[in-house]
Amino acid sequence: MSCYRGSAVALAAMLIMAQPALSQEIKIGLSGTFTGPNATNGIPYRNAAEIFPSSISGTAVKWILLDDATDPTTAVKNARKFVDEDKVDIVLGSTSTVTASAMMDVSVESKTAQIALSPVQIPEAKLPWIFNVPQPVPIMVSAIIDDMKKSGLKTVAFIGYADGWGDLNWNALNQVAPKEGIKVVAGERYNRTDTSVTAQALKIIASSPDAVFIGASGTAAALPHVTLKDQGFNGRVYHTHGTVAKAFIDAGGKAVEGAMMPTGPVVAAADLPDSNPIKKVSLDFITKYEGKWGKGSANPIAGYAWDAMLLVEAAATEALKKAKPGTPEFRVALRDALQSGKDVAGTNAVYRFTPTDHYGVDERARVMVVVKDGAFRLAK
Amino acid sequence: MNVTIGLLLLQDGLTTGFIYALLSLSILLVFVVTRVLWVPAGEFLVFGALTLASLQQGQVPGTVWLAVALGVTTAVADTWHSWRTGDWRAWSLVAAISLGAPLIAGGLIVLLAASKPALAIQVALTLALVVPMGFMLYRVAFRALADKSTLTLMFVAIAVHYALVGLGLLFFGSEGYRTPPFIPGRIDAGFTRISWQLVLVIATSAVLMVGLWLFVGRTLWGKALRAAAVNRFGARLVGVRTETMGALAFTISALIGTLSGVLIGPVTTLFYDSGFLIGLKGFVGTVIAGMASFPLAVLGSIVIGVVESFASFYASSFKEAIVFGLLIPFLLWRSAVEPRTLEAHGDDE
Repeated sequence: MSCYRGSAVALAAMLIMAQPALSQEIKIGLSGTFTGPNATNGIPYRNAAEIFPSSISGTAVKWILLDDATDPTTAVKNARKFVDEDKVDIVLGSTSTVTASAMMDVSVESKTAQIALSPVQIPEAKLPWIFNVPQPVPIMVSAIIDDMKKSGLKTVAFIGYADGWGDLNWNALNQVAPKEGIKVVAGERYNRTDTSVTAQALKIIASSPDAVFIGASGTAAALPHVTLKDQGFNGRVYHTHGTVAKAFIDAGGKAVEGAMMPTGPVVAAADLPDSNPIKKVSLDFITKYEGKWGKGSANPIAGYAWDAMLLVEAAATEALKKAKPGTPEFRVALRDALQSGKDVAGTNAVYRFTPTDHYGVDERARVMVVVKDGAFRLAK
Repeated sequence: MNVTIGLLLLQDGLTTGFIYALLSLSILLVFVVTRVLWVPAGEFLVFGALTLASLQQGQVPGTVWLAVALGVTTAVADTWHSWRTGDWRAWSLVAAISLGAPLIAGGLIVLLAASKPALAIQVALTLALVVPMGFMLYRVAFRALADKSTLTLMFVAIAVHYALVGLGLLFFGSEGYRTPPFIPGRIDAGFTRISWQLVLVIATSAVLMVGLWLFVGRTLWGKALRAAAVNRFGARLVGVRTETMGALAFTISALIGTLSGVLIGPVTTLFYDSGFLIGLKGFVGTVIAGMASFPLAVLGSIVIGVVESFASFYASSFKEAIVFGLLIPFLLWRSAVEPRTLEAHGDDE
């Protein structure tokens, strides 16, 4: 009998919990890689979230931050918690390609829009609900190819991670380079934790390319660069936008002087012409972010978080006219407003999402920078 | 592929191969004396390299706090154990090592770090700080389990590995570090250019290996260590304290691990979690040697390093698969030539 009563209590409790949240506030879930191997890329998002506004057009906003520790399983759990328990209106995250991709299924299944904060490949079937903020890899790689063309370089060799990030860059390179008449002469792979890439470097040098593109990120991108220099390679070395961080220059030291990489315009905001809508937004973001975290702390990664916030703000303002937060109708309205085709100027790009294009960025979303005297400078 | 490239690849393979060989020695030494599969061997390499990297940047490495915390834990655990058993014979020595070493080395580091002392002093401080942790880990985690099954010991070793990796992330962050080379450049040997790093790695490994061989073969302590490895029960009968031998094996193993970290620091960018894969390759080397022979383990590990280097050249995306795939033919060969007495030998008590 007591067993029966116990389960009845549990059932009642579950029924109470299953009641939809009746509050009028907008709930936004943000899952990120705040700890674990990708923490360096995750922490700026958490820092940016500290300066997010607490209301959108007069409606209170609740930002729910969860850490997924760079673990896809935890990211999926977080996504489940967002949609099942918190009943969020939109999901942001995660902040690594692997964890962001892992969360997609939950978002699509629950019909909640998800703005990925790390470049992802969106499969056709998931397109209706998944949006991508950071510049997709082909846009960034095409900046490198443009720069090569301008400098009269004809052949390029690739060395990148033997994982999803390496694949994204390798595929993008093979997609963009041939169109511009540039030949890809070698493709090598290594792991973030490898102790040596001498063999790959030798093979690349043997193919005598004009330039090398290193499809890696962070401090681990320094290893191939240093090895190439050590083995006597004197050509130009390009990196992905995942290396624009002080730690990369610290790890590479003098060897990475002259390295070139594409990045978001926020890095060179002050040098942009006034006519560029990104300039005003970027400077505003930098002032706010550095006001909270200190001078020189602003970075393109925190900029993605800021852009996601701006996108949600713009979309929610529209969606609030159509439905109440916390309802499935509001979630649909929010998604529709996101992909309405209106320009939203952010710190890293001018975004224009349409029902068929959920990447929404163009060549305004990148500039080339060069490592000079231990700092990132706008390339001429 | 021509001779020049081949020679460079060989050099590269030897450099990493000798590092694997050192780790395989530390794994094998711990295994034969205590039957613990020393999974955290790579963590000592990482702690050695990252501690040195922090010192070179003029910062106080996080391992100082780890060593102090571990030392205090060891002292408390040992006091409790001695009080329970009424056996205070080893207590003063253990307390002196576990409290004294981290406090003195840590104190010196806190005092000296900002002034960036000479490289030799930095290396000495790194060793003085990290090596006693091997001893402490044995006292805290493994001593009480000395007569449990190999499987239990392996699980505990894996737990220790995860704990150390987690602490590594906490103390050093997720970014990688790289130390500047001890002697930059290469020597022109006529037919090829030999990097100073390789010379240094080979010289240090040779000194360590010969030193270990002399220690085990010529000294009383070394002979006791060997006795404990050959037959723990028999060793006890003739008056060898296997517990002391276990602690000794862990300390030597930590010394080898930390030194290889110091050696590998300039070769590559190391992360808090790099140790496992490097340790695993050293482990493959020891498996090739049947988990028994020291010279064979060294040879096996060097083969792994060289194969890895050539595999990276021919098929970089399949490199790991090729390296670990090497295990299969070696295991088949060993199981074909060796009588099936290995298990009985491993758990003979």
